[in-house]
Amino acid sequence: MSTQANSSTSHYPAQAVKEEIVRRTLSVVVDNEPGVLARVIGLFSGRGYNIDSLTVSETEHEKHLSRITIATTGTPMVIQQIKHQLERLVPIHRVIDLTETGRAIERELALVKVRGKGENRVEALRLADAFRARVIDASTESFVFELTGKPDKIDQFIVLMTPLGLVEVSRTGICAIARGPEEM
Amino acid sequence: MQREMTGAEMVIQALNDQGVEHIFGYPGGAVLPIYDSLFQQNKLKHILVRHEQGATHAAEGYARSTGKVGCVLVTSGPGATNAVTGLTDALMDSIPMVVITGQVPTHLIGNDAFQECDTVGITRPCTKHNYLVRDVNDLSRILHEAFYIAGSGRPGPVVVDIPKDVQFAKGIYQPARGMAHKSYQPKVKGDLPKIKEAIELMRNAKKPVFYTGGGIINSGNEASLLLRELVKLTGFPITSTLMGLGAFPAANPQWLGMLGMHGTWEANWAMHDCDVMICIGARFDDRITGRLDAFSPNSKKIHVDIDPSSINKNVRVDVPIIGDCAHVLEDMVRLWRASSVQPDKKALADWWAQINKWRARKSLAYKNSSSVIKPQYAIERLYELTKDKDTYITTEVGQHQMWAAQFYHFQEPRRWMTSGGLGTMGYGLPAAVGVQMAHPNSLVIDIAGEASVQMTMQEMSTAVQYDLPIKIFILNNEYMGMVRQWQELLHGGRYSHSYSEALPDFVKLAEAYKGVGIRCEKPGDLDGAIKEMINVKRPVLFDCIVDKMENCFPMIPSGRAHNEMILGDAAESLDEAITEEGKVMV
Repeated sequence: MSTQANSSTSHYPAQAVKEEIVRRTLSVVVDNEPGVLARVIGLFSGRGYNIDSLTVSETEHEKHLSRITIATTGTPMVIQQIKHQLERLVPIHRVIDLTETGRAIERELALVKVRGKGENRVEALRLADAFRARVIDASTESFVFELTGKPDKIDQFIVLMTPLGLVEVSRTGICAIARGPEEM
Repeated sequence: MQREMTGAEMVIQALNDQGVEHIFGYPGGAVLPIYDSLFQQNKLKHILVRHEQGATHAAEGYARSTGKVGCVLVTSGPGATNAVTGLTDALMDSIPMVVITGQVPTHLIGNDAFQECDTVGITRPCTKHNYLVRDVNDLSRILHEAFYIAGSGRPGPVVVDIPKDVQFAKGIYQPARGMAHKSYQPKVKGDLPKIKEAIELMRNAKKPVFYTGGGIINSGNEASLLLRELVKLTGFPITSTLMGLGAFPAANPQWLGMLGMHGTWEANWAMHDCDVMICIGARFDDRITGRLDAFSPNSKKIHVDIDPSSINKNVRVDVPIIGDCAHVLEDMVRLWRASSVQPDKKALADWWAQINKWRARKSLAYKNSSSVIKPQYAIERLYELTKDKDTYITTEVGQHQMWAAQFYHFQEPRRWMTSGGLGTMGYGLPAAVGVQMAHPNSLVIDIAGEASVQMTMQEMSTAVQYDLPIKIFILNNEYMGMVRQWQELLHGGRYSHSYSEALPDFVKLAEAYKGVGIRCEKPGDLDGAIKEMINVKRPVLFDCIVDKMENCFPMIPSGRAHNEMILGDAAESLDEAITEEGKVMV
């Protein structure tokens, strides 16, 4: 018994060697039935997976199908597990890794409330114009902007609005679809 | 034929249509309509347990020993929450089971009504699937679907939660049709090119080993027969997990014994040193692999599993094959026969020579005594005296379970019922009730510990009520033995709360239940006492007083790999084998 035990010694195996973390956007087609979202979320929390963004809505009414778009991060092994674990859930039809196909378009919508007067107000409007954000509500001392785009564009807009009197932000999370004529 | 009937009647009808003969349950307010329907028929037999956990374990024992789906009926609230341990146990060990729970009426759901709980919410992570039935017209379809999901693919528990108003409501009963689910489609046939690749690897192997698990048992007796054929054809050595014992006969010379934390020296060394590992229906559990980065470092790994999420979960494999064991084994046997590649006979002979050297260590050897019963000796005698009978063994969890796995040798599948994944103390006694129910004329023995058995002792009453002559063979060392062993080896002998104080007199306890109590304290009396136990046709509590400080070896100590296992005769030097850091393990 001369072998040195390593520092993380336990009969439970040591944590796997650190691998690079990758980001993935998954599109999950599910039956639109009560509890299906809870199953998906419970799977992520129960097994310690990350959810960076999650959107869900019914997409095909006649077939009772919903589409859940999940942005997640993990090692390639974990991402593979996430896909297999999702596929194991009974009401899940398909899991598609949109990042892996490399042809996905991702968009997000944000509503951004900014309060301010004078020069700040003018600057906010000017920037909103540059970002193609629409004013959907206004008062003498505030605006609500509607903005769509990639998440980093929205991040950037929020950064710019912060010194100009950012009050609050509501974001939808990512929805995504593959390019080209094919159905996924 | 479509018929109108109440929800409660549909439950009985669906169970009849699914071929259910026995259901384990406990009544309560929210399932009274179903119990009323049960009362008005004779076909389906209900077994009244004493606690809902007992019902679930009994159904597990029933399912594992027959291959059928186990069935449970409990009420809402505490009925459902008490069933959670059994559900989780069945999920971890892939046991097919349908649990029907009552629920408060639909209009009260969410109101914190009496005996209400969020059953589908609570059981979501511990079932394969679950349902809340809101419309009586969905009920029959859901029940048939529940049986299909529980029994197909990788088996598991399914909960059907039925509100009381749905049980009363009338609707149209739909008989079971050919099952095809729109999104649940388990893959049973393995990918042929992958199987060819696997056979290629096996044909060229110099140091191969089969590592099999509970998947073979779940796949059916056919899988077990095909496995025997393949092992015979190849001449390779074979080991198995705790869950897979019996799939391959222990009497066969190619059998290495169980592997893993308390596996044999030869099985673990073969796993460590092999060049091709053929894993069939096992899942690289942490009790098997030990230290992951040192697990079988030089082997190509073939993994056959019906569940894609089992592949590459813990250990990266080279040839993954997704499919049912029996289907894949059938292809493997056929392709092995058709292959023209000649195995390296010289290398295989060398490999067997090495294995026989490992075997010569006799890793299960123990020092017997003439004054005190050694637990290993007790199991050995139990095996010798029951092996020629039609015997089923269940266990609780702990040292006795490992000794049973090491010293009771299984020749056939479905003879061994134990809680593997979840490690549920209290599993064995109710499981024995379920097994005996399915096999009324067989000898059913629960190899138990005095601590575990007290967790579900009340099911003795069930056994007495239904004349189930189960034998509870308690290895009584007055300790939670495995806890005590770890405290001795890892926590400086500080036996924190692991002593079984204030034990009942098990003989009197048996008599209080109107069963039979037998106590044995001397090795010389053991055979006679065991024979007496076998001959009694009533439930028996056998209080076998054994050595209090015996440890279970071999053991892979904390943080170590397969080739660093320690043996019984090395126990004295064990302190050096475990580092300070090892003590922080869990």
